[in-house]
Amino acid sequence: MKPIKWNLVLALLLIGSFTAQAQITGKPNFGKIAIVDATIHTVTKGTIENGVIRLDGEKIEYVGTDRSKVSDEYYIISASGKHVYPGFMDSGTSLGLVEVSAVAVTVDNREVGNMNPNMLAFTAFNPHSVSIPVTRVSGVTHVITAPQGGLVSGQAALMDLWGYSPDSMVIDVTAGMVLNWPTIRSRGRGPRNLEQAEKRYKEAIKNLNKWLDNARFYQQMMSEYDADASGKIKPEKNQQLQSMRALVEGETPLIIAVSSEKDILNAIEWASHEDNISLNIVFAGVEEGWRVAEQIAKAGIPCLVSTLYTPVRPYDHIHRPYENPSALMRAGVKVAIMTGEVENVRNLPFNAGYAAAYGMGTEEAIKAVTINPAEIFGVSNLLGSLEEGKQANLFISSGDPFEPLSQIEQVFIKGYQIPMDSRHTQLFEEFLDRDATQE
Amino acid sequence: MKNIVNTLLLLVIFSIVSLAQEKGSVFIQNATLMTITDGIIENGDVLIIDGVITGIGTNLSAPLGVKVVNGSGKYVMPGIIDAHSHLNTVSTNEARNPVTAEVTMEESINPNSVSIYRAIAGGVTSIHLMHGSANVIGGQGETLKLRYGVSQDEMRFRNAKRTIKFALGENPTRVHGQGNGIQPRTRMGVEQIIRSHFDEALDYKKKREAYLETKKVYEGDRRGRIVPPVPVAKNLRYDVLNDIIDGEILVHCHSYRADEILMLMRVFNDYGIKNYTFQHANEAFKVAPEIAKNGAYTSVFADWWAYKFEVYYSTAYNATILNENGVTNSINSDSNELIRHLNHEAAKTVRYGETSEADALKMITINPAMQLGIDKMVGSLEVGKHGDIAIWSGHPLSIYSKVQQTYIDGKKYFDMLTDPADMRIAVDSNDSYAEAEFNTFIKGREEDACMSDVFELIQH
Repeated sequence: MKPIKWNLVLALLLIGSFTAQAQITGKPNFGKIAIVDATIHTVTKGTIENGVIRLDGEKIEYVGTDRSKVSDEYYIISASGKHVYPGFMDSGTSLGLVEVSAVAVTVDNREVGNMNPNMLAFTAFNPHSVSIPVTRVSGVTHVITAPQGGLVSGQAALMDLWGYSPDSMVIDVTAGMVLNWPTIRSRGRGPRNLEQAEKRYKEAIKNLNKWLDNARFYQQMMSEYDADASGKIKPEKNQQLQSMRALVEGETPLIIAVSSEKDILNAIEWASHEDNISLNIVFAGVEEGWRVAEQIAKAGIPCLVSTLYTPVRPYDHIHRPYENPSALMRAGVKVAIMTGEVENVRNLPFNAGYAAAYGMGTEEAIKAVTINPAEIFGVSNLLGSLEEGKQANLFISSGDPFEPLSQIEQVFIKGYQIPMDSRHTQLFEEFLDRDATQE
Repeated sequence: MKNIVNTLLLLVIFSIVSLAQEKGSVFIQNATLMTITDGIIENGDVLIIDGVITGIGTNLSAPLGVKVVNGSGKYVMPGIIDAHSHLNTVSTNEARNPVTAEVTMEESINPNSVSIYRAIAGGVTSIHLMHGSANVIGGQGETLKLRYGVSQDEMRFRNAKRTIKFALGENPTRVHGQGNGIQPRTRMGVEQIIRSHFDEALDYKKKREAYLETKKVYEGDRRGRIVPPVPVAKNLRYDVLNDIIDGEILVHCHSYRADEILMLMRVFNDYGIKNYTFQHANEAFKVAPEIAKNGAYTSVFADWWAYKFEVYYSTAYNATILNENGVTNSINSDSNELIRHLNHEAAKTVRYGETSEADALKMITINPAMQLGIDKMVGSLEVGKHGDIAIWSGHPLSIYSKVQQTYIDGKKYFDMLTDPADMRIAVDSNDSYAEAEFNTFIKGREEDACMSDVFELIQH
């Protein structure tokens, strides 16, 4: 591939935006690309000043300081004074499942029913959602997109944010099973008294345990049949139990949405039961995690948390939400930062920025949106750091990416140098000087 | 008798004391001063005496006895002003009529809400407490100083202009048209509700004034030859509408789409109404030249969009486009979470469109002050203005900076180093800690806070 004449590309892009109204973005650059003179934040292998990073197709082929690794055939991007980071991953969103939250017909993240282990976020993921380009130009290259509602909502998918089909964007179709932990609450629309609330809680847990027992039995029966079918009648397929096989084997994580101290302790106790030890459990939300950080650490359960919410209890310290990630981290919990957003997943760097400012530090907070979620979801061989052999997901920033004053200048997803436009930038270009005419 | 006199005397003294809005003095030395209206002063000093800024500059000195704060390495900026908040309302919407101009937030201030403390901890010193957006013409607003720990009345910002909330688009049409089967169900209806009520109000004014005039003549008629006039009863709602037309009340209009923004400007031009602000105004950028031409203001979210249909075709570059087109714009919160870091929300205007840092800071200080008619008193560090300031650990637009102290009228209301965790004034037995949505980790949003109290109504 020849080096690209950028002013030509820009001109083409501009023409494109006048002629092809349906097209949201221009075409990406792909192939042999090298970024030089940059400060490279590898995350796992330190920071390299005046660094070189070479992309060959989808992969990172070289990270270091040796300019001789870059021959003439590479399209060279000089990033002097700039910073290169691995693409950020948001481990809690409904991106692509919801277009406009208040318009019910565009909301595809909440299926009817209480037990929906067979629902796949992957299926409803709309690769053409207007929110996707808006998100990726902020440096967020990967999301866990999750269903909601009921006791078991369904399975979250791990998606990257460049492509024209869910199939070309998916990293893991079954990245995690979402369980909304039954809460003991006797307020609001719930039961009237504590006794009734506890009764309901016990029923919900009993129901959950029954499902898991059935799934284990089903898994055993199916594996035995698969291993040796001779002399056996083929068991009848059950869609829900079938979708729980990887879960009970501990291959698919169980993402438990849990918030309050009491619920977290209940969930830990449940997780520690011998029947459930084989499960790969991850907590999400965990707003009161700081109250029981030691217990969570002892149970070895990683947490997906955000920072931009109001203090949970009226008497909580004002900085609690910001300090929750660092409190968990210090206790020894593996922490990933998430937004819980749909259209504003682009605020992930700012969620992490608050964690960084309130005890976590920038370096650890960067990990919490890169290598930590990659490890939690078992994809650290592919994502989460700038290392040779990993997928080329990265971005060039003018400075600290947590600072709103920095600009995210260029994003790469699986090697594609993606066009840095979205509906938001297009409207900006069109309306900044609305009544201008062609020169 | 003597006892009664004593009691009365005590009551009078008590009422004077409790009415007084406490003022303080403080001298902050060697800080970086973000004056807003006069650039940045390095190694600057701010002197506040009895609640008023009396000195800004370098190498100032303070009278004996005034508390000195070492500001070296720190930043001082005027207190943040939020032009759109429902922070501590008792109730937000009187949603049973499309026009409720007579309703006011004056009696709907909860002075004990801990959310006030959380806001001053984010450097906010004043808010515009607003009625919700269920009605085309909602209730009157109240501009507050966030003096935490005082009475309802003492929270009010003295000499602030009167304000009122209008609302266009989805919210009033959903509540009244879809919810209750009355006008407005459409944006057509919204316009006619405004026009017909203004006309009725003007008509009422004419008749009421004529009646009062005739009444005066009748009462002055000693010979009893004049027939008594038919009374025209006083109507509070129409009085307020006339005050709007007369320019005594500033309109803050909840709006999203460009076409409805144009509609309101047409209507207001017809009735000679000036000095108004479009709130939210997600599509204001599409008609920025028209807004600038009419001298209207805008007050927008930094980046909220797509949560409902009327904000789907919007952009986070809205504030920058408006600013570049000469519109006086502010960044507001409309949220008890965003109000905790409005500095960061303003900083997003630099990220989205490279608004200058100076203009970004104006959008949370002097610009909202102009929109509330309090810019002669607050919104910048200027001699003669109120001592409403915040001291920051670093540049206020950096995500790493924290508010260290907040002063209102020179009195310290927040100190990061000494305040305990529990800052409630009153313990409410109804306090549940379910403020956050629990046990679901995808939060998202479907509404602006303007719609609280009305969900029950629109369910039916």
